[in-house]
Amino acid sequence: MTSPEQSSGPLPMIRFNGITKTYDGGRPAVDDLSMDIDRGRITVFVGPSGCGKTTSLRMINRMVEPTSGTILLDGQDVALQKAAELRRSMGYVMQSSGLMPHRSVIDNIATVPRLNGVPRAEARVRAKELLDVVGLASELGRRYPGQLSGGQQQRVGVARALAADPPVLLMDEPFSAVDPVVRAELQEELLRLQRDLAKTIVFVTHDIDEATILGDKVAVFAVGGRLAQFAAPEEILRAPVDDFVAGFVGRDRGFRHLSFQQGDHVTVHPIETIEVDQLADPTVSVRSAWTLLVDADGRPHGWVPQATRGSITTQADAVPGGSLYTRGDTLRRALDAALSSPSGLGVAVDDDGRAIGIVRAAEVFELIEGARLDRGRADHNTAV
Amino acid sequence: MDWVQGIVEYIPANAALLRELTGNHLVQSILPIVFGVLIAVPLAQIARLNRPAGAAMLTASSLLYTIPSLAMFVFLPLVLGTSILSMVNVVVALTIYAVALLMRSTVDALNSIDDGVRQAAVAMGYTPLRRFLTVDLPLSVPVLIAGVRVISVTNISMVSVGALIGVPSLGRLFTDGLTRNYPEQIAVGILVTLLLALVLDLLLVLLERVLTPWTRATPARTARAAALEARTVAA
Repeated sequence: MTSPEQSSGPLPMIRFNGITKTYDGGRPAVDDLSMDIDRGRITVFVGPSGCGKTTSLRMINRMVEPTSGTILLDGQDVALQKAAELRRSMGYVMQSSGLMPHRSVIDNIATVPRLNGVPRAEARVRAKELLDVVGLASELGRRYPGQLSGGQQQRVGVARALAADPPVLLMDEPFSAVDPVVRAELQEELLRLQRDLAKTIVFVTHDIDEATILGDKVAVFAVGGRLAQFAAPEEILRAPVDDFVAGFVGRDRGFRHLSFQQGDHVTVHPIETIEVDQLADPTVSVRSAWTLLVDADGRPHGWVPQATRGSITTQADAVPGGSLYTRGDTLRRALDAALSSPSGLGVAVDDDGRAIGIVRAAEVFELIEGARLDRGRADHNTAV
Repeated sequence: MDWVQGIVEYIPANAALLRELTGNHLVQSILPIVFGVLIAVPLAQIARLNRPAGAAMLTASSLLYTIPSLAMFVFLPLVLGTSILSMVNVVVALTIYAVALLMRSTVDALNSIDDGVRQAAVAMGYTPLRRFLTVDLPLSVPVLIAGVRVISVTNISMVSVGALIGVPSLGRLFTDGLTRNYPEQIAVGILVTLLLALVLDLLLVLLERVLTPWTRATPARTARAAALEARTVAA
């Protein structure tokens, strides 16, 4: 047994050590991959198809055997462990959920504990708890997977992966087959779960947005199985290491990068409001060019332009509003609220959704500029 | 309508003989189905795991099926050392045919499983044997039973051939009816054979229903849509 001596920090959960995978003498699918995957964090493998990200993931639980190199799981060479037992020690979530169509939802979740010899009744009790953990109603447990929606099936897939409480979760494009709304829900749910569970998660996706939302660290793979950049998502968006990474993160990367800048300092200005109940009363006039329409609780419901005040008598007549900026959210949300608003004024709300004022795009830009200057100064200082 | 009356009278008059021959017939047709499945399933799995061997096995099984049954019935006692009148000959011969026919359909049945499910089973940490028995096999039941239903019908009809060399089965009603020029007996033989084939087929359909409850579970969305439709119609 040789102990890894690449780094002096705490032992990584998973270490790729010079891993190469070649199929039948062709070009390598994974080319000399060496990387450390942090304990208790989400590491995302992202890249175009054919970049070896899924192959790399599957080498961790030996669904694919490397041509050369070693993978250490908690310091132990995975090649020396029994494949079936190794796989049971990690959770696995896949794209099509891969649930057993002939087993009830409960029995699907109980799969790995059952394989480990846990009695059926005990495994089912734990499986019922997990339904709740992933946000599914307990009566769904008796159904067959075919009776669930795509999003529900993915939740069951996550519950099944968690059933034996493994320290490592491997997730192979788990959310790519569901619609964008459900995907966003599942992503948020995963982050919520991860705050409680702190698993070591390796997550494969081809979607750079998903990678930057979920990843504590992101590994960008290039075609040919080369690891192009491995860094925090903020750094990948701000400072892509080469043209490939810059091209892959895309044209919107500047805008996306705003997701990593907190908007605590955005100024919220007061705004004139009119209540829904007052609309029908023609004596209630508006003074500003754009007046915010709110309900009795103060929640925004669109805009009333001064020019057409006379023709707006019900909530349905109002001009629909843009996205909302919750105080303390990122600069990306603040800017989007302003840009998507018909009045050019972004509506800011508190945590209960009540309107507290507006933000202006120009001021958000000033903050972005200020942050850029600060960063430049910091970089300069460290360089000296 | 004399012959109808002849048939109706034949049955109670020969009830004991009919019962005995039907019993023999059933034993000779059902046992080969059971043995056939037990042999064909592992062979099919071997054929799937090893492509070249599989191709050879499938060709061999097709060739086996071209051996005429009568030749097989006469030839087998020499190999097995059984009496020429023994039912064992028929059971062995029909088992060989069953395996020959089931090989291909069982390979198809095992291939009918969604690859994602198989991959998931591997990823969950199933051992190969356990995966085969608890995932692959149950999921292949619908296609497997389709193949078995074909075997059951061919077996029921082929067992009769054994009567030519004297092995007791419903086929005796044909050989006997022919030599005695007794068409009512032949007709009864055909009727009972048909009935057996139907009953056996029905049992196989029931077996499939019992083994595959998940295939009839209505998708949640469809159920909701159906409820909605019902409400619309009621309104």
